[in-house]
Amino acid sequence: MTDTINLPNSLRSQPDSSGHFGAFGGRYVAETLMPLILELDKVYRTAKADPAFDAEFAELLRSYVGRPNPLYYAGRLTEMLRDKAAAGKGAKIYLKREELNHTGAHKINNCIGQALLARRMGKKKVIAETGAGQHGVATATVAALFGMECKIFMGAKDVERQRPNVFRMKLLGAEVIPVTSGSQTLKDAMNDALRHWVSNVHDTFYIIGTAAGPHPYPELVRDFQSIIGKETRAQMMEAEGRLPDMLIAPVGGGSNAIGMFHPFLDDPEVAMIGVEAAGEGLDKKHAASLAGGASGILHGNRTYLLQDEDGQITEAHSISAGLDYPGIGPEHSWLHEIGRVRYLPVTDDEALASFQTLAKLEGIIPALESAHAIAAAEQIAPTMDADKIIVVNLSGRGDKDIFTVADALGVEM
Amino acid sequence: MNRDRLSSRFAACKAQGRAALITFMTAGDPDIAATPAILDALVAGGADIIELGMPFTDPMADGPAIELANLRSLGSGTKTKHIFALAADFRARHPDVPLILMGYANPMLVRGADWFADQCRIAGVDGVICVDVPPEEDAEIGPALRAAGVHLVRLATPTTDATRLPAVLDGASGFLYHVAVAGITGKQQAAQASIEIAVRKLKAATDLPIAVGFGVRSPEQAAAIGRVADGVVVGSAIVDIVGSHGDAAAPFVQDFVAALSGALTTQAQETAA
Repeated sequence: MTDTINLPNSLRSQPDSSGHFGAFGGRYVAETLMPLILELDKVYRTAKADPAFDAEFAELLRSYVGRPNPLYYAGRLTEMLRDKAAAGKGAKIYLKREELNHTGAHKINNCIGQALLARRMGKKKVIAETGAGQHGVATATVAALFGMECKIFMGAKDVERQRPNVFRMKLLGAEVIPVTSGSQTLKDAMNDALRHWVSNVHDTFYIIGTAAGPHPYPELVRDFQSIIGKETRAQMMEAEGRLPDMLIAPVGGGSNAIGMFHPFLDDPEVAMIGVEAAGEGLDKKHAASLAGGASGILHGNRTYLLQDEDGQITEAHSISAGLDYPGIGPEHSWLHEIGRVRYLPVTDDEALASFQTLAKLEGIIPALESAHAIAAAEQIAPTMDADKIIVVNLSGRGDKDIFTVADALGVEM
Repeated sequence: MNRDRLSSRFAACKAQGRAALITFMTAGDPDIAATPAILDALVAGGADIIELGMPFTDPMADGPAIELANLRSLGSGTKTKHIFALAADFRARHPDVPLILMGYANPMLVRGADWFADQCRIAGVDGVICVDVPPEEDAEIGPALRAAGVHLVRLATPTTDATRLPAVLDGASGFLYHVAVAGITGKQQAAQASIEIAVRKLKAATDLPIAVGFGVRSPEQAAAIGRVADGVVVGSAIVDIVGSHGDAAAPFVQDFVAALSGALTTQAQETAA
């Protein structure tokens, strides 16, 4: 995470010193939080330049998270798509197996990094927001690992929908606080986490779960998640002796995607697709901030948001609770505007189909978030030549989603 | 600013030896039709300066009282155009009472800062408090307000230390709003001693009037703060009354504001005697 080179004309040198990715990012927080945000920035600069910090991070990723996780050639998925494609078409599909991490998703990478920062800042208490509960579980896990007191803010609706994860967090020693304000989902959990933070700035560190929020969060979350792209790069060189032609990753806030993409941004031969949740369709309820939103300010950053003409935030919808958020990380907004990354919408139904496809063909039950990326790969691979290579970020495993999926398929469990 | 209602009002209060009473309500709470009567009740009760909250779906700096007010307002259909119409009507009824819009960046900036600043100028809004635009992001809103002759009121908090204060003051105008507690609106109450220390420090750093708010709920507290500050802001306690009485809130609001105003005046007389 210390190898971001500030080359001129590099797409990897963002953000600027005030936290802007082009017109996006920044620090839009109440004055009470500004001094803490500035201190965090200072601490992060120092940590980034400290080999001991990097070494401890790398060791925990190895011995505790279980990295590196494999880059797996999904042969049956590839062949099934080739069968449907024209002759000579059907790109090779690899899966980056983030779902094999401890706690079952990419979220833990970032939580380890931020817990190390919290310890550096002398904070003994951590808080986090969570939607589906994956980031909450990952945060509760590192809090246990580091002996920190942990509070997780979770929308009351999500507490009801995600009871197994609520129990997991409690087992790990965290206090789960149901948020009853607003729409009682992820954005409201984030509002209440910010409210708690502003009232407890002196002893509390906020572990933000995605590459969004006030600077330096989008940058440091990306840096911690960049391990995904760095491993992919090395593993692909080993497997195929060259870089992939395309990367595909799901995007809610976008931390797994930016972690996968960032190490490849300066390789023009590598195309990138971020997959947004189109919910019931872009003309109905969805969570596709880039396809259906506009630039605005929420939760500490300027970025694309789902909002009405008065700037009121509109409710997001996705079958995947992890994508059910009306915004997106600011670096994605920038990559979208400059055209470096293409963002595609995938609906609930398409994701549900791919969820089952991957389970049956590869024996891997993906998270519904990741199933969105699989769906995009199923659409794109047959249009590419058979000698092309796609890597899909399998950001999480789907155990947490089986109740939602059963419900959507009308299966009684 | 030629006709600066804010500085005239602070000067007039100072001449009377008392702090200015600054009262907050959320525009459109419980609905747009009921708002003018509540605004008039604030003035009739003795408020010197009005803060009119612009509702937002995600009021992250606010406690439950004002958050609920935001949701009541939006739920009853409040739009930004209604808020500017309310402000313009208020200006027509009360030509001399300063009016501040307080809220969050996204509703203010969604049509561009120039549009917003222009609407403020046309409606006779004297100042703006934008909770989530710190000095670091001033370019989003500051230049447009200054060009339109509208004050940008900045916030100083218990975490704003001496090294940071100059940045907060750079570009601040109208008055400086001291947030007495590190927290959200309407929750904890700051210790009087800490308020006095903070106000002294701020006064040493700026000639702007210093108003103190967050957690001020009673006439007694208001009077105590009025001894040291140039203005006292009361918000959540008023919003709670609107929450309880809905569109019949005006007389109750007026009584409460009169009690606040009376306490500030009595305190001033006692100090003078």
